[in-house]
Amino acid sequence: MRMIRIEKLGNTWGDTFSLKDISLDVEEGEYFVILGPTGAGKTLLLELIAGIYYPERGHIMIDGEDKTSRPPERRNIGFMYQDYSLFPHMDAKGNIEYGMRVRGIDPEERGRRLEELVGLLDISSLLHRDVTTLSGGEQQKVAMARALACYPKVLLLDEPFSALDERTKSRLIHEMKALHHHERLTVVHVTHSQEEALQLADRIAIMMDGRIVQVGTPSEIFSRPSSMDIADFVKVENIWKARVNECTHDTLTLDLYGYEVRMARPEQFDCTEREVRLLIRPEDIVVGSGARTSARNRFHGVITAVEQRGFYHVVRIDCGFPVVTVVTKNSVEELRLEVGASVDIFFKTTALHVVSV
Amino acid sequence: MGTTTFFDKVRQQPLMALFFFIGLTIVIFVIATLFNLLYQQLVLNPDNFLAVSRDSAVLRSIWLTLYTSFIATLFALLAGIPLAYVLARKEFFGKQIIEAFIDIPVIIPHTVAGIALFSLLMKKGTVGSVFASLGIVFQDSMWGIVAAMFFVSYPFFVNSAKDGFLSVSPNLEHVSRTLGASQWRTFFSISLPLSIRHIASGAIMAWARGVSEFGAVVVLAYYPMIASTLILYKFNTGGLQESQPIAVLLILICFVTFICLRLLSNTRRR
Repeated sequence: MRMIRIEKLGNTWGDTFSLKDISLDVEEGEYFVILGPTGAGKTLLLELIAGIYYPERGHIMIDGEDKTSRPPERRNIGFMYQDYSLFPHMDAKGNIEYGMRVRGIDPEERGRRLEELVGLLDISSLLHRDVTTLSGGEQQKVAMARALACYPKVLLLDEPFSALDERTKSRLIHEMKALHHHERLTVVHVTHSQEEALQLADRIAIMMDGRIVQVGTPSEIFSRPSSMDIADFVKVENIWKARVNECTHDTLTLDLYGYEVRMARPEQFDCTEREVRLLIRPEDIVVGSGARTSARNRFHGVITAVEQRGFYHVVRIDCGFPVVTVVTKNSVEELRLEVGASVDIFFKTTALHVVSV
Repeated sequence: MGTTTFFDKVRQQPLMALFFFIGLTIVIFVIATLFNLLYQQLVLNPDNFLAVSRDSAVLRSIWLTLYTSFIATLFALLAGIPLAYVLARKEFFGKQIIEAFIDIPVIIPHTVAGIALFSLLMKKGTVGSVFASLGIVFQDSMWGIVAAMFFVSYPFFVNSAKDGFLSVSPNLEHVSRTLGASQWRTFFSISLPLSIRHIASGAIMAWARGVSEFGAVVVLAYYPMIASTLILYKFNTGGLQESQPIAVLLILICFVTFICLRLLSNTRRR
C-alpha cells in the first residue's frame, strides 16, 4: 500500500532556492532514504512533507488523504531534526509525553505508552534526566521516543546520525534497522551519507539542486546511476570513454581504448548513440595474476599507486586507461601489489553500466 | 608551577591588567556618587532623613512612581510580547523601518517625547479628546504619567523579548507542531516559557526606566507629582537640605526592589 504520494511539488524560498517538480511514492513500511549533497534541499522537502511550509505547487498525500494544506498538527507524522530539538525546559519524560499531553490522552494510557517506548528504546535510566546533559546518542533515543509516542503514520528523519561519533552511529544504525522492522514503520530519512543509505534503505532517491534525479534500490543507485552527476556523487570511480561498434537487439559491442567489450544491451539503450561512458564500481573489479574463467573481460596493466582508504586499499592501475580497484590488506600482501608490478584485472560484464554522454 | 603572585599575573597579562584598572574608574565614579549621597544623609544627617521618610506626601509620591511604572510595564508586556514575537519570527517588507521606529523613544530627548505626547494626548489633542469623552484624561493625571513612562520604556522591553524569542530555535516550535500542538499551544508551552528570562529581565528594565523617567512625565503631567518631579520641586524651593533625603529614599527603595526582582528572575533559571 502507498503511504506517501508526492505529486509535482514545488516551492520557492526568496530568490535563492527552489524545489522543482518533485514526485515521489513511498510504500507502507518502507525505509526510504533521500540522499544528496549538502544544499540540495533535502531538509526543506522533509519540512514540506511535515507541513512546516505549505507548497506553492503540487500535492502531498499521506495514507490516501490529501494533506497539502493541513497544518503539521493534523498530519499525524513524527519528525526528528538533526539536532534532535529536545525541549530544554522539560526532562526526558516530559519530552516524550509532550505529544500525548497535547492530544489530551489520559494519564493511564500515557503511562502505558511511555513504558512501552522505554522498553523499546531501552531508555529507563534517562527518563528523569535534564535533557541538556544527555549525550548525542541518548538525545537521539529520547527524540525518537517522543516522535513515536503518538503512533505516527510516517516517521521523518533529518540527518539522524550526522551529529554522532562513529561508534555510537554504527550502533544506533543497527538499532534503527531493528526498530523499523519491529514497528513496521514507514520512514523517510534524509542524509548526505552514502554509508547510511546503503545500510538502511529499501529504496533511495537521489536529490540534487532541488530536484529528485533518480529513484531506485541501493544497488540500482550505486551501480547504475542515470547520469554522470549521480555517478560522480555516488563515487563510481571508473568512468571510461567507449565507442559503440555494434548494437543488436540483445548485445552491445564496445571499443574500450582498443579492447573489445561485449555486454548485454541495456533495455533502454538507443542504438544511434556512438559515444558512451562505461561505469563500474571499484569493488566490482577483481585484481589477480592467475587465469579466471568466469570473468570474460580480462585486462593487463601496471600498478601506478597503492593508497590506504579506511580498512581497504585502493589500487590504481594503468591498463591503457585508468582503473581504480579496492582490495583488502590481505590481498595487497598475498598478491604483492606494489607500484610498478604488472597485474591482470577482471570484471563481469553485468557489473558494467552504460551512460550516454 | 609554584605559586603565582598577583604581580606575576600582571606581568603575564599586561593588557588585561591595564584595562582592568582603566575600567575601574567607571565603577569608582558610580560608587563615589551614590555613597557620597548616602553618607551625607544616613550618617551625617540621619534625623532629617528619618523625618522626610515619615512625610506622607513624599511616600505617596514615591509609591505613585513605583506603581505607575508598574502599570506602564504591564502595558508593555501585553502589547510588547506579540510585537516582539512577530519581529523575531517573520520577515516582511518594512520590518527594518518598524524596528527603527520602535527605538525612536530611546533616541529623542525625553522632553521632546513629552511635547509630542502632550500634543497628542492633551484634552484638545487628536487622541486625547476621544479619551476625554470616555472620561480618561491624560493631562495632569495618573494616566498621563503611565503614558509617558510607557512611551520611554517599552523599547527596552520589546528588544529584550525579541532577543528572547530569537534565542528559541524555530525547530523546537516545528517539532511541537508535528507532535500535535496548535500554534497557540506551541507558543504558550514552548516559545514563551523558553524566553521567560529575557521577558522578565526586559520587564525589570522597562520598570526601572519608567521609575527613572522625568522629562516626558513632567511635560504631560506635572501633577500628581512623581518622585523625580517632587525632588526637583524641593531642590528649587528648599535646596539640597529638602531634596537630598527624598533622593536617598528613592535610591534605597529602587535598589532593594531591583535586587529582589533580579533574584526572583534568576531563580527561575532552574
